[in-house]
Amino acid sequence: MALLDKYKVLLDTANASGIDDLRYAEQDGVLQIRGTAPNADVKNKLWDIYNQIDPNFLSGDVVMNIDVSSAVAGSQVRVITQNSNLNIRKGPGTDQPIVGKAAKDEIITLMSRANDQWWLVRTKDGEEGYCYAQYLEPIG
Amino acid sequence: MFTNAYIVLTFKINNIIMNLKKLIPVLALAGTLTLATISCKSKVSDTDLKAKVETVTSGHPNVSVDAKDGVITLSGTVASDDEKRQLEEAAKNVDTKHIKSVVNNIVVELPHIETSVSDADLINKVIDATKDFPSIQADVKDGVITVTGSLEQAHVQTLKMALDALNPKKVDMSGLTVK
Repeated sequence: MALLDKYKVLLDTANASGIDDLRYAEQDGVLQIRGTAPNADVKNKLWDIYNQIDPNFLSGDVVMNIDVSSAVAGSQVRVITQNSNLNIRKGPGTDQPIVGKAAKDEIITLMSRANDQWWLVRTKDGEEGYCYAQYLEPIG
Repeated sequence: MFTNAYIVLTFKINNIIMNLKKLIPVLALAGTLTLATISCKSKVSDTDLKAKVETVTSGHPNVSVDAKDGVITLSGTVASDDEKRQLEEAAKNVDTKHIKSVVNNIVVELPHIETSVSDADLINKVIDATKDFPSIQADVKDGVITVTGSLEQAHVQTLKMALDALNPKKVDMSGLTVK
């Protein structure tokens, strides 16, 4: 239960931030954390706290997978690549051909979530295809 | 004069005694009724108390409530110590007048969180997740992702978020050089 103490601030914040279905358990020496945040800000706040407790995540004693509930079909998402454009692909996978690009900070529409990693999107220009979900941040 | 007053007084006293005598059966009946009401009340109470406590445990389908002679017993399972404590407090506060004590037999059962079971599937996902990080190497074995190489600090969180989203057993970045 030592990990529950080490990451107490993180878990307390998660509990107090309206994380639906928050679940956590220490399994094989790793604290597994799951849940759905009401918005991207809450998710980012939790990651900031995690990074403060374990700088650069080098301990490897947490796996935190927090979804964002506002990421639903028809909602707007922002492209959050570091500086490059985001590839839009024909299918869900990096082996799929690139059919378009979205610029960093561009707002595009989430059409559907093919799976946890790949989301079907449409740009303002009407380009449609799959983007890697980690580079899309739900707005609101 | 004196005799007259005496008679009047005696008469009044007799009157009072008579009235009291009349009152005795009434008082006795009232007493019986009160006792009956109390004993009747305590019998209903356990059922009532159980129902009252169940209103605060209703959000916890695996928790059951029992009431006997004003003692509430909670049993079943919850996911955390906090939940167990909160339920006990809530049960006590439902009716502090009639609940004598709460026996908390709830067992804390931590949820089991599913992690990736297929390395083949995880490897494919790791390839997608690390495509934009050419300076690192990621290997998968038994559900554990091991990251080596070097990465600028500004990108470390992005990488870790992408890898954690694949539900691995562990992400070992101890061999990563952060620039």
